[in-house]
Amino acid sequence: MKKRDVSTATDSKYRPARPFNREEFDRIRRILGGKVLFVQGDSAVSYGALLAGCRFFAGYPITPATETGEVLSQLLPRVGGVCIQMEDEIASVGAIIGASRAGTKAMTATSGPGFSLMQENIGYAAMTETPCVIVDVQRSGPSTGQPTEGAQGDIMQAKWGSHGDYELIALSPSTVQECLDLTIDAFNLSEKYSIPVILLTDGIIGHMREKVVLPEFDDVEIVWRKEPTRPKDEFQPFTDDGSQIPEVAIFGEGYHTYITGLTHSESGYPATDSQPDHHRLVKRLCDKIRNNRDKIIRVQRDYSDGGAGATGIVSYGVTSRSVNSAVKTLRQEGLKVDHLRIITNWPFPEKEVDELAGRVDRIIVPELNLGQVYHCVKEAAAGKAEIVPLWKTGGEMHVPRGIVELVKGRG
Amino acid sequence: MKTEMRFVAFGGQGIVLAGVILGEAAIADSNNAVQTQSYGPESRGGAAKSEVIISNDDIDYPMVVEADCLVALSQPGYDKYAAEVKPGGTLIVDQDLVDAGTPPEGRAFYSLPFAKTADRLGNRIVTNIVVLGSVCSITGVVSENNLAAAVESNVPEKFRELNQTAFSEGFKLGAEAVKLKAAGEK
Repeated sequence: MKKRDVSTATDSKYRPARPFNREEFDRIRRILGGKVLFVQGDSAVSYGALLAGCRFFAGYPITPATETGEVLSQLLPRVGGVCIQMEDEIASVGAIIGASRAGTKAMTATSGPGFSLMQENIGYAAMTETPCVIVDVQRSGPSTGQPTEGAQGDIMQAKWGSHGDYELIALSPSTVQECLDLTIDAFNLSEKYSIPVILLTDGIIGHMREKVVLPEFDDVEIVWRKEPTRPKDEFQPFTDDGSQIPEVAIFGEGYHTYITGLTHSESGYPATDSQPDHHRLVKRLCDKIRNNRDKIIRVQRDYSDGGAGATGIVSYGVTSRSVNSAVKTLRQEGLKVDHLRIITNWPFPEKEVDELAGRVDRIIVPELNLGQVYHCVKEAAAGKAEIVPLWKTGGEMHVPRGIVELVKGRG
Repeated sequence: MKTEMRFVAFGGQGIVLAGVILGEAAIADSNNAVQTQSYGPESRGGAAKSEVIISNDDIDYPMVVEADCLVALSQPGYDKYAAEVKPGGTLIVDQDLVDAGTPPEGRAFYSLPFAKTADRLGNRIVTNIVVLGSVCSITGVVSENNLAAAVESNVPEKFRELNQTAFSEGFKLGAEAVKLKAAGEK
């Protein structure tokens, strides 16, 4: 998408997110300090948000996500942004939906218990097609579980947490650098497809400190939503121009824009009694993601030469680090391993898993839960390979040795 | 080359900050570093652990598997982790806070007056910086210059001088202990 000059869009002091030129980007870079930093995953998310143009954060503190809001509470006021501590998590999503509709890129951050409380408004963001980013720094559940420990227990909730049919995008970083990079991607995807995007980090990466190299303006793409192209009196907020992605008019700029969680017509007004209208709307909400899955989905393939006897491993998030270490050991010992690392958890990379299942006899799925992505892998592989789960809860990562032994058949 | 460092103490003794400063120095040395920590819900008094892995290669698994170096400022921390230091590794403890009994064989062992040195300088709060000084001269895992700079950038302006002194005193303490050990082994 074309970058636009910020100088024409400074009518509101809270609207610098509407793109975004080199000068603005470099200003943020200067505020963040040196090129190479040693920071926590939670802070890297905050930095990524600022570089992506986020100028509004609303959240309710919760371990292990608190630092994201803490960092933004210090930095947002310095860049003309707003940071609000809300009364709870559902209100936080309400606030970012409003901020986004008012023309500012907006984000919230929470952990499992808060993520549960957000679900109703995440559905509202999906139904109203409002770009926003929700960070879930996962910790062990159910309920309040283990506050200071990491987990990967919210993968299914990220997709199915709200009721009804909708699609959204969820990304899983496995390093602190990726916490920054994928936050920028999350904003870009939310703006491009007009949807809530979930960043699924965890308590381990969130609190881990690691080297981060800040990107230059020319290294990154910063996307802004598709704004109205038609005259104000002809504009309808939910017209499908064929792309299945509506134009987003900013509240207060003179376009007649109405949004509701009820089934609505192109005008945005409720139209709840027609089966074809409802079906068309919800189908489009899903299709705008499903039809673009090849553009959206990102995986990393680390494959051997293949052939008989190779073992597949599918991993995501922090667990990929245990697998990377195990794969190196296994290859040193002469074993063949194909590692598929999922970056985009939703939409699920079914084709990519199917391709892996065609190369290997069995696929091991290590996760920090009692079986979530395991089920997606099993469905995608459709019997082509044996799917072997490796489950762990309690806050500790998979130890590489455990994965090595399972591959060698002694697990 | 990968070095796994583990600091154990009670919450409030500053070992999380010590790990952060050590990691920052490692980055400044153009290495990779990962720092992780675990502690209970209380901010002071519970068991605290801070781990730093330093490597000139990518660091996949971010947790310590077998420590090259254990730094213990608390008895329970020492009792729990002393046996997990790898052969040829190093144990560093505070002589007044840890009774090491018979330290594990085949590992270098240093028992030094970190807290006492901090007390002598006027504030026990700089114990962690004294420790960093000694860790630097004993292990050489990061450069002295970059560690001193990382200490400086992580402490409040008001206490900069005190921390600089704590660092150099700690460095000397470690360097002398290494010399003594070398002399004893000859």
